[in-house]
Amino acid sequence: MNNENMISVIEFCECHHIEMSFIDSLQDTGLIVIETVEETPYIQESQLYDLEKIVRLYYDLDINPEGIDAVINLLKRMDDMQHEITRLKNRLRLYEELES
Amino acid sequence: MFIDYYKVLGVGKNATVNEIKSAYRKLARKLHPDLNPNDKDSKRKFQEINEANEVLSDPEKRKKYDQYGENWKHAEEYKNAGQYQEQPSGPGGQTFTWSQGDGEFSDFFESLFGGLGGTGRGRQVKYRGEDYTAELHLDLMDACETHQQTLTVNGEKIRITIPAGIENDQTIKIAGHGGKGKNGGPNGDLYITFRIAGHSNFRRSGNNLYTTVDLDLYTAVLGGAITVDTLNGKVKLKVRPETQNGSKIKLKGKGFPVYKSKGEYGDLYITYMVKIPVNLTEKQRDLFSELSKSQK
Repeated sequence: MNNENMISVIEFCECHHIEMSFIDSLQDTGLIVIETVEETPYIQESQLYDLEKIVRLYYDLDINPEGIDAVINLLKRMDDMQHEITRLKNRLRLYEELES
Repeated sequence: MFIDYYKVLGVGKNATVNEIKSAYRKLARKLHPDLNPNDKDSKRKFQEINEANEVLSDPEKRKKYDQYGENWKHAEEYKNAGQYQEQPSGPGGQTFTWSQGDGEFSDFFESLFGGLGGTGRGRQVKYRGEDYTAELHLDLMDACETHQQTLTVNGEKIRITIPAGIENDQTIKIAGHGGKGKNGGPNGDLYITFRIAGHSNFRRSGNNLYTTVDLDLYTAVLGGAITVDTLNGKVKLKVRPETQNGSKIKLKGKGFPVYKSKGEYGDLYITYMVKIPVNLTEKQRDLFSELSKSQK
């Protein structure tokens, strides 16, 4: 396995001034997946956006990893519902156009 | 602009540090930008409560804030002026008048206290840059093909790829192209909402398209072939004999491209509008009469 498109967890922690143990606890909760390449822990670049959000929720709001998991699931549901509303609004527009 | 930090946090002037922290936590959980995506107002308020908390939860900063109040922008001048006025120098004595500046909230924070301090668990507060929102108007034909477009956002040119099948009112996020972060915080994001104009021939619902096609009475009765327009060219269709006015047919895969699913398309629904002939000749009218009699 090579470490292309991966971000070193150690560098991430240094950059954000956070403890490595915090990242471990996120892995234990299943919030992120850590991959080890030549004994160095990495995360996939695609996880970076979510991980930064998790860090903000943890440090800004004191939400523990289990709470963050619940929040992220609810946000995902909110996002899905927003898409559904958009789709329904467009569908309604179609019928309104047909009526006028 | 002067902002009353006590009001921002909803606490009284005599609030204890614990009361301030508790009020801040409560508001932060409500207004945190990650919990309110796409809401610019809550982002601004979140920044306000953060700054209010930074000042009011630190006894030294709070004392300074309480002392200078609305004259914060000229705190040092105020101090000097106070000394000056205490020792007037005759008729020419200078007096200062204070006006509220229109500087931004953060200016206050930086000018008065010289940058941001630490909070909570000793982590330096990093502010994520502001999210930008923009609207992009497309016509239906633009939205049915993946294409690139260059936008200018706050003087910066951004080239984006618009995937075929984008919905009207759909918002996409261009990460990191919002406002610059503060204190090493990440940049905000750019949210683009697409407004897709209607089309004279086709109406869209999700991935399906709807259109109406005129059918002459004779083809409707006897059947035949017609040519209809689709999004990607003309299609020849067989019309069944005795096709009713308002009947619908479906052309599978001739609808709108499915968003981010290459090669997948919705369907095209055609409604036939049977047109009754007008300006009949005498002979035609006789023939219709004969037909009518034959029905009885």
